[in-house]
Amino acid sequence: MTENNKYWRGIEEQSNPELTEKLAQNEFANDISSAEFLGNEEVAESETSRRDFLKFMGFSTAAATLAACEAPIVESIPYVVKPDSLTPGLPSYYATSMYDGMDYASILVKTREGRPIKVEPNLEAPFNNVTNARTQASVLSLYDGARLRGPKVSGADASWSDAMATAKTLLTDKSVLLTSSVISPALKTAIAKLGIRHICVDPVSVSNRLDVYEGFTGKRGLPTIDLENASTVFAIGADFLGDWGGQNLMAAYADRRKPSEGMLKHIQAEAGLTLSGSNADVRIKARVSEYESILAHIYNKVASSAGLIAVNAPALRDDILTNVDMAASELLAAGSSAVVLNGLNTKNAERLTLAINLALNSKAFNTSKFVYTSNGNDESVSAFLADVKIGNVDTVVTLGVNPSYQMPSTDFSGLSIVAIADREDETASSAKVALPVSHYLESWSDFSAVDGHYAVGQPTISPLFDSKSAVEIVNALAGGSESAKTLIQESAALHAGSISWNGLLHDGYSSTAVAEVSMNGSMDAGMIDVSGINVMKPQSGLEFYTYTKTGMGAGENANNPWTYELPDPISRLSWDNYIVMSAADAVELGIEVAPESNGAMTGNTLNITVDGNPLENVPVWIQPGQTKGTLGLAVGFGRTAVGKVGNNVGVNAFELLPSTQAISGQVTAAASEVEHGFASVQLAHTMMGRKIVNEISLPTFMNVSHEEWNEKPTFESYKGPLSSFDANLWDDHDHETSHMWNMSIDLNSCTGCGACVVACSLENNVPVVGKDEVRRHRDMHWLRIDRYYSSEMTPELADENGIGAIEKYAKMEIPSESPDVVFQPVMCQHCNHAPCETVCPVGATVHSREGLNHMAYNRCIGTRYCANNCPYKVRRFNWFNYKGNEKFADVNPSQDDYGRMVLNPDVTVRARGVIEKCSLCIQRIQLGKLEAKKDGRMLTDGEFTTACAQACGSNAIVFGDVNNPESEVSHLKQEGRAYHLLEEVGTQPSVFYQTKVRNRA
Amino acid sequence: MHYESPVRNPLILGDKSYKDITNDIAKPVESKAPRAWWIAFSIAFVMFLWGIGCILYTIGTGIGVWGLNKTVDWAWDITNFVWWVGIGHAGTLISAVLLLFRQKWRMAINRSAEAMTIFSVIQAGLFPLIHMGRIWMAYWVMPIPNQFGSLWVNFNSPLLWDVFAISTYLTVSTVFWYVGLIPDFAMIRDRAINPVQKHIYKILSFGWGGKAKHWQRFEEVSLVLAGLATPLVLSVHTIVSFDFATSVIPGWHTTIFPPYFVAGAIFSGFAMVQTLLLIVRKIFKMEDYINIEHIEMMNIVIMVTGSIVGVAYITELFIAWYSGVEYEQYAFLNRATGPYWWAYWAMMTCNVFSPQFMWSKKLRTNLIFTFVISIVVNIGMWFERFVIIVTSIHRDYLPSSWSMFSPTFVDIGIYIGTIGFFFVLFLLYARTFPVIAQAELKTILKSSGENFKKHHDDHGAH
Repeated sequence: MTENNKYWRGIEEQSNPELTEKLAQNEFANDISSAEFLGNEEVAESETSRRDFLKFMGFSTAAATLAACEAPIVESIPYVVKPDSLTPGLPSYYATSMYDGMDYASILVKTREGRPIKVEPNLEAPFNNVTNARTQASVLSLYDGARLRGPKVSGADASWSDAMATAKTLLTDKSVLLTSSVISPALKTAIAKLGIRHICVDPVSVSNRLDVYEGFTGKRGLPTIDLENASTVFAIGADFLGDWGGQNLMAAYADRRKPSEGMLKHIQAEAGLTLSGSNADVRIKARVSEYESILAHIYNKVASSAGLIAVNAPALRDDILTNVDMAASELLAAGSSAVVLNGLNTKNAERLTLAINLALNSKAFNTSKFVYTSNGNDESVSAFLADVKIGNVDTVVTLGVNPSYQMPSTDFSGLSIVAIADREDETASSAKVALPVSHYLESWSDFSAVDGHYAVGQPTISPLFDSKSAVEIVNALAGGSESAKTLIQESAALHAGSISWNGLLHDGYSSTAVAEVSMNGSMDAGMIDVSGINVMKPQSGLEFYTYTKTGMGAGENANNPWTYELPDPISRLSWDNYIVMSAADAVELGIEVAPESNGAMTGNTLNITVDGNPLENVPVWIQPGQTKGTLGLAVGFGRTAVGKVGNNVGVNAFELLPSTQAISGQVTAAASEVEHGFASVQLAHTMMGRKIVNEISLPTFMNVSHEEWNEKPTFESYKGPLSSFDANLWDDHDHETSHMWNMSIDLNSCTGCGACVVACSLENNVPVVGKDEVRRHRDMHWLRIDRYYSSEMTPELADENGIGAIEKYAKMEIPSESPDVVFQPVMCQHCNHAPCETVCPVGATVHSREGLNHMAYNRCIGTRYCANNCPYKVRRFNWFNYKGNEKFADVNPSQDDYGRMVLNPDVTVRARGVIEKCSLCIQRIQLGKLEAKKDGRMLTDGEFTTACAQACGSNAIVFGDVNNPESEVSHLKQEGRAYHLLEEVGTQPSVFYQTKVRNRA
Repeated sequence: MHYESPVRNPLILGDKSYKDITNDIAKPVESKAPRAWWIAFSIAFVMFLWGIGCILYTIGTGIGVWGLNKTVDWAWDITNFVWWVGIGHAGTLISAVLLLFRQKWRMAINRSAEAMTIFSVIQAGLFPLIHMGRIWMAYWVMPIPNQFGSLWVNFNSPLLWDVFAISTYLTVSTVFWYVGLIPDFAMIRDRAINPVQKHIYKILSFGWGGKAKHWQRFEEVSLVLAGLATPLVLSVHTIVSFDFATSVIPGWHTTIFPPYFVAGAIFSGFAMVQTLLLIVRKIFKMEDYINIEHIEMMNIVIMVTGSIVGVAYITELFIAWYSGVEYEQYAFLNRATGPYWWAYWAMMTCNVFSPQFMWSKKLRTNLIFTFVISIVVNIGMWFERFVIIVTSIHRDYLPSSWSMFSPTFVDIGIYIGTIGFFFVLFLLYARTFPVIAQAELKTILKSSGENFKKHHDDHGAH
């Protein structure tokens, strides 16, 4: 029995069942018919359309989302409109010039994302289109944190207007403007407008030489040298491959030194071993005080054949007489193809040189085209210094000079100084007004370095600090208000000729320049009479001279770590200057330089007095090839207020001998008990009788088949003798399919100048490690230039005289006192059977099918086995965290907020604990390949090259694809002079060398 | 007439009973440590801590704190590595090879020799790790699957072979050693009074019950492991020598290296065993177990291997001359007469000349002399590795890159640290482990016959 109970779903169903029933039946409400909706006029006329609704909703959603985020602080502003020339990740190049009072170079500046990071030679430019080591390094000086950040008055920060106002009040008719050589027409105009006494002083004076030419032509310039017209060059004290005369002769020299009939013969007479002396065929070890008598001796020989009157000359020492006579007869034989170059800054030496060249009618000695990069005047400097002493000068405005450092014997403290300087250096730190001058890469400037030459310098970045171009500052002191750009444009309008302003900026130079001074023909022998001159008498005892080092020059980049880290090409020492001394003198003075147990060189120091100026504890380096009795010391060191890198490195040579003085008078020296540690990168200086740098004489090269003098090692096998390329156990890599990158290094062209080393460091972010680490033989250079001296002992000599092996090797370690010198750039040889590749446990170094040996930094665990097993010792280990370790804070650019801006963004900065080495600029190869791929074309030879090859002024380094039969490198590989370094080890390198040929029998 | 045929001299002196052996060997574990132990341990521990400090400094700052440079990229690190590996050689040789050759005299020394092996291989293994520029990436030398696109190790590299060789050696040696320890741990367990100690040894002895089945398995495992370990005696140092032999550096690139290194390793290993056991037998009064015959046997091994090493040195010189390769010739001339001549002649004197004294029976049974020679040999073997490594690379092919090496305090500190670490381990071992394999030793105790004779002599024939 069941009851049919009723259950309500709610109170409404009970109280109002009809409504509930109705709602239940009408569960699904009728839609509004679409016709009715669309037909509704009101809806159609509504302001808010469906689209608008979606827009509003979209906006509010987006707005709400954005409001939820914190707005990022953006300090770098992206281009709103991207400049056409700029693509992030791709470099832009600007043509400009560099001039620092000593070096002039036509350059291209590579900028990345607005930062200049590399300097390349502007090969199209007509003058000095070569970069030396200092030019290469100069880009880092831009990012020097020690630069002056803004104007200062009495040491306190000031505004430009206040500083200029103060400076102007200091200027009277007793004021002097002291500058380095000025070659800028615009700056000359501004200086003229300023109207105060202007004195030019060069850090390395050539004033007496200039006086000779000024006397004849009225122009303070030096003749240019057309080496292409020369077949014999005799240079005396003139390091024309280093720092001499402002004209870079590397390219012309290398070109004329190609081994062939008529190869340039080079004879060098000098006191200290220089780059030029190292490259010479014959080198005469002369004392500086003998230079004039040697020139007179040669003049007399030339004069007697030309029928001119001889000069009274002191007799020459017997041990140089033969070679000087030989030089004279070579010069006479060459006739108008001979040229004599003089580096001694005396009037007589230059007059004799000029007379010899004119008598020979030298085609290479171009007296109708002068170079003006050094045009200081010592006489006016002496007059100025005398006026300073008697109080005839009230204010000195300095520009590009640092008198407190360069002229340490004069007291400038009584004067008001207005220093237009890039830093608070020795002079500017005590200046009344310090006006920051921009780095050349931030400046507008123009140049007329040589007759008929006009170039402009353009900024490649806006000034990092509150600084201005030199020309603008001087013009403003003179009351002008034009901007630097306007001033340069005005100057260019006068000097550049018909070239457009944009064309000028594009090229960097004017091909239609108006010569500043017109020259009335060239000089001839009749113009000069030397018969009455009083030739300097050779001194006995010690004599002292100053010289410039390849890295430092006159010290323009004295706070630039690369200039210090670059080892001197001759001594292979970095981070120092030192007195160079012959071994014989060292014995007499009781000087010893010897390695410590870890290979670090340590030696005695010297207390020296030159003309009454004493300097204590000066380091001494025993230099093979140094003339006995001569002591040389490099200038540019011993700074006290240049910045954290350069302060207190070395000693100031100007304290001993002012730059105006070519040679010392009285010199006394005695060994000191104090010891000095050197940062030497090379401990053994001879080749130990090994075939490392192959060298032959020109007659051998001309007359003997290269198979004889360039014999390749062979290995006996059951198949008969095999070359090292055939005798191997490994499978060969595929070298046909793709590119095969090779590099040729011509040892005959390489002058050892070191530009490639600095260029490589820049391009590849090679860390600077400082003196202490270099001293421990931990330099990080990917590319080094080995320098070997010849030794008196040779394996042949030992065989002849029956000398035993122990004695033979011991004697071979000792360089000759008058050595032949060879340079050999060595970087990773990119072995195709690389010993490093097989031993890495993690495969961090592997071979590419393009003939390269790759290094994967982030795979490296740092066992260093590869470095041990490298026969060329080119692998470098990151012993420390160079970019973070405090020890390197002062020297390594990557630790400086400004310095790290110079780093190449295409190259990794390596971590601690990994090996690094030359990659043959893989980043350039990849970029080049990508460009070609984008354009859908084959790569052409020379489209890109490595940093070292690009920086090489003598074209000694050639890089390219040997699978391209048209490429220069593939031709070079077929040369009879080509050989592989240590070919007998069987490493099959991709880098090969060209035998050195010396032009002597 | 009573005639006894001559038999071998007993290996255990002092008329020991089985119980005496047990007591003697358990004594160091059960008694309080002697003062000398505490002094030695304190010194070793301080050295160990100093080494740790130097290692941490290296890892924190960079390999630059060592004396290496761009030319000499290995010096004390790999010298110490090879030296410690070499020392680690005697253990396996004694326990495995001599076991297979049934040299019963090994039983008194194998436990400590194996312990020494393991402890020195631990020291050796440290160096390849800490010499890496980026030790935190050390696991990359393992061929393990990875996320780098399955980047594999380089099987061509001798350093990789080292990884396998050393790890295999350490594993096999440890297992072999431990298996031998099981019955002895059980002995200590059975004697232990302290419950904590008893519990620990209970775990360590794996429930050993001394049953016949246990003994049978023990013997079988020992033999199998000896078979496995024997090739390792040859392989480990052969592979270590490949680090040098497969390179292209004159002075390294030498085919004689494998046998020469193995002989040298046995040489140095025995010398180290000698050094340690001469101390242990004295301190723990175990002269009856490790007696003059053991010492003489080991001295003979030292003499033979020292002579092999000497022949190898002379062969190297001969081959350098005979090869006609100027780099090779210079490398060896430079070793003997160059800046590191003192290292070469130290090596020659210590390794070649000093063991020749062992031809004299009087000298080779003289404890003090033996002790001195054992130290000298290990100094010489350290120099051998230093000579091979540093004098070869400091002047190789291009004179421009020639350099020198001088250790820093960190180099020295780490080396001292590993010596400290080694002795810390060894001294702890000597206090907690049965230092002589008593279970094995009991198998060679000539108790019954000897005792019968003694009894007979005492009481006369009845």
